[in-house]
This record gives sequence, structure tokens and C-alpha cells, in this order.
Amino acid sequence: MSAATLYGLSAAALVGIGLFGLITHPDPLRKILAFNLLGGGVFLLFGVIARRGAAAGFGGDPVPQAIVITGIIVGFSATALAVALLQRLFEENNRTAPQAEGSMQGAPTVSSHDGDRGGGD
Amino acid sequence: MIVAGAFDLALAVTVLAVATWCVSVRATFAAVVAFVAFGLLVAVVWVRLAAVDVALTEVAIQGGIVGVLLLGATASLRRYKAAVAERSGATQRLAVAVFCAVVFLALATAVLTLPDPAPTLAPPVAASLLAFGLGNPVTGVLLGYRAIDTLLETVVLLLALIGVWSISPDRSWGGRPLPMHSAGRADALVYFARLLPPVGIVIGVYIVWVGADAPGGKFQGGTILAAMWMLVMMAGLRNPPSVARSGLRLLLVAGPAFFFIVGLAGLAISGGFLAYPAPYAKPIILLIELVLTPSVAVTLGLLVAGPPVRDARQ
Amino acid sequence: MSFALDVLSVVAISAGAFFFLAGTVGLLRFPDTFTRLHALTKADNLGLGLVVLGLLPQVDGALGALKLIVVWLLILSSGATVAQLIARRARLIARSR
Repeated sequence: MSAATLYGLSAAALVGIGLFGLITHPDPLRKILAFNLLGGGVFLLFGVIARRGAAAGFGGDPVPQAIVITGIIVGFSATALAVALLQRLFEENNRTAPQAEGSMQGAPTVSSHDGDRGGGD
Repeated sequence: MIVAGAFDLALAVTVLAVATWCVSVRATFAAVVAFVAFGLLVAVVWVRLAAVDVALTEVAIQGGIVGVLLLGATASLRRYKAAVAERSGATQRLAVAVFCAVVFLALATAVLTLPDPAPTLAPPVAASLLAFGLGNPVTGVLLGYRAIDTLLETVVLLLALIGVWSISPDRSWGGRPLPMHSAGRADALVYFARLLPPVGIVIGVYIVWVGADAPGGKFQGGTILAAMWMLVMMAGLRNPPSVARSGLRLLLVAGPAFFFIVGLAGLAISGGFLAYPAPYAKPIILLIELVLTPSVAVTLGLLVAGPPVRDARQ
Repeated sequence: MSFALDVLSVVAISAGAFFFLAGTVGLLRFPDTFTRLHALTKADNLGLGLVVLGLLPQVDGALGALKLIVVWLLILSSGATVAQLIARRARLIARSR
């Protein structure tokens, strides 16, 4: 088994691990982390395909590599947007229910009484 | 070679172990640290896959900037949680695990049955590299063969920043993002933030410049410049700028706008959007990289700084 | 001559790896934050210095050697700063108990 195939299998395993974390973890920040793991696995898969396309004196096919670079940057901007959304969501939900007790305090809930929040947003 | 094979196996196992730990550990802080370690290890995997540019991008962004972003998010979201919300039951997790195992098996089968003379786009890229006079094939693809992707990528970065800014409430529009330093001056950090940025800026510009012929490029160098700016902000030597400053907005837009204008000029002069006239290809590419680097660096830094929260009057 | 340089590289890199191992053992075995920081910064930085020393004969050109030394100095300074910050934070937490 060549090195590229070995890394391809581990990339597939990374996709599985990231998908598991994305679906099962209740905390949204951990979901974002698992989503980044999933993305890392997919990029590695591209990298394996690029490595197998080594030709014309290059170590790997440069087109998938360039696409992966683009993907890493776009994935980072999506993560930044998701984190900003999360912070605003937690702020808003804590403003509507500051005295909520129990284990769900602070977790984002689907608010059924949006009109109570008043203006200013 | 047996040694290389053993190293690859050890590296793959370590990457999977760190990823599993990141997903399963209880404390979010430990998970973010595990993710940063994961990014560094995957960068070594990228070097083993002969993709050094991708390794540079991975270590700068996933091992660096995403780590800063998520650590800040962990700290600021900690005060909202009284306890962890309940996890799903054991049977649900088993079902999800089976589903993920099926996905893994499907991808593994795809990896093992990839076509054997592997299809590749390397020869057309090599031909176009000769036309551009570049030495680095990835830069040739990013700024020559598929320059439209890079143009759209810079626009996506700008759109993400506009999205992050739009999340702020109306009364904060035009204000500054939260200051990134904690109360109480940490002298070691202030000293470091005065010592490192000159060196970091030289290294960042060098990586942008050398990207034409060796691994490097504007995203890797721009990330280093953004990291230097974030270091200065985290030490409290400068505050994040107000989002209403027209100079800042001009700097953000200048890069993608210049790239777009070059593309339109290519349409007028060479008969195709982003087609470079043949003798001027390398200078145009270098100029695009140099104009884009400040825009990319400032956009990345502002994406981490977050939406404006202070009132516009301050 | 190049054989002697290769032997020097192997010896230096092995010594560096040993120091990294020692630092990791210290990280796992020491009881609290301050002693662990001690193990990490001292042993790991020395290990890195030895690894860089071992790699210097293998580079061609003075520019590559200069880059390696710059890498070592950067990691040294950032490691020292981070150790100071972690220790300061640990002392604040210990005091507030």
C-alpha cells in the first residue's frame, strides 16, 4: 500500500470522525470544530488524488492543490461567520431568558415568543 | 522504503488519534487545543503528499488563525453555559456511528478503486507555466490557469466579513469590535508584540514574494501579516479599528477591485476575462499578488476580531 | 568529511529527540503547572536547538542555514513568552483559591 493510499484511508476515517462529532455533539461550538475536522478530511482526500496525478516533473497535480488552498480559506471564512452568528445567538437568547434554571440555560432555543423581545434590532 | 512507510503509518495513526480525542473530550478548551495540534500534524501529512503550498496554508490557517478564533469563542461563550446540555442517548449515538462507518467504508472503497493511470492536469499546467514564466505550479494555477477561482475567493472573504459585521445590532454599527486584550498588562506579551512584528512582516512579505518560484503566495504571507496585527491587538498596543473608517473600507476593497479591473482589462486587450497579455504576464501576476496581500491580511484580521460591539459614538 | 558531518547530524538529532522525550515525560509526570512549564520550555527548546544543529550540515547554502537558525530563535522567543503568560495565569488562579 503506497503512502498516498494510506493517507487516503485516513482521510476517509477523518470524514467519518468529523461527521460523528458534527451529528452527536450537542454544543454548537463543538459542531463547528467537528465540521472543520470533516473539511480537513475532505481536503486530504483531494490531496491524495493530487499526489496520484504526479506528472510533468511536479510532485503532484497542482490543480487539486490550488483548489484545496481555496477551500481552506473559504472554510475559515465560513467558520468565522459561524462563530460570530453563535455569539450573537447566545447573547440574544440570554437576554430573553436570563433567569432560566436547569441544564439548558444559555443554550440556543427556538424562541416561540419573538415579539416579546422589543425593538432595537 | 521501510522507514518512510513506518513514518507514514505512525503519522496517520497519530492524526486519527488526535482527531478522535478532539471529538470525544469533554472540555471545549481541550478540544480546541487538540484541533490546533491536528492542524499541525495534517500539515506534515501535506508535506508527505508533496504539496508544500497547501501545508503552509493549512498550518497558517487551521493551526493558527482558526485556533485563535475558536479559543476566543470558547472564552466568551463560557459565561453562557451553566451546564452541558444533555447528550443524545446511547442507541442514537450507535446509529450515528453506524452511519459514519458506512460513509467511511464508501470513501475507503473509492480511495482503493481510484483509476490507475491517474488522470492529471499537470501537463497543461506545465505548458501554461512556461508561458507565464513562473516557477511555482500552484501559483501558476491560482493566478493564471484558474485565476477566476482566486478572484471569487477574495470576494467570498469580503462577503464573509460583511456577514460578520452585519451580525452586530443596529446601535453598534460603525463602532469598534471588542478589544482583544484582557484587562491587566502582561508585560511579556507586550514585549513580544514589540519584538516580533517587524520580523514577522519581513517574513510575510518574503513568503508572498517567493511564491512566484517556490512554495508561498499571498494567502500564506497575508495570514502571517494578519497574525502580526492580531498579536499587536492582543497585547493591547492597538485597538481594533472602527468599521466605519473609510480608509479601512478602501483597503479591504482595493485588492479584489484591482483584480477585477485587471480581468476586465484582459477582456479588452487580450480577448478573455483575466487573460494576461503574453509578455507582461509575470509582472501583472506579481502586481496582483502585492496589491491583494494587504487586503487579504486586513480581511483575515477583521474576521477574527469579530462584529462591532461598541457604540459608534466611542 | 561528509561522512563525519552525517554522523554529527545523526548524533545531534538523536540527542534532540531524547530531550523532547524527556520534556514529554516531564509534562506527563510532574504534579502541577509550574513544574510542567519548566520541563516543557527547558527540555523542548534545548531539544529543538540540537535538532537544528544537526540539520545545519545538511542544508546547502548559507541562506538555508540562516532560515533554520531564525526558526529556532522564533520558537525560542514564542515559547518563552507563552510560558510566562501561562505561569502568570496559573499564579492568578492559585491565588484566587
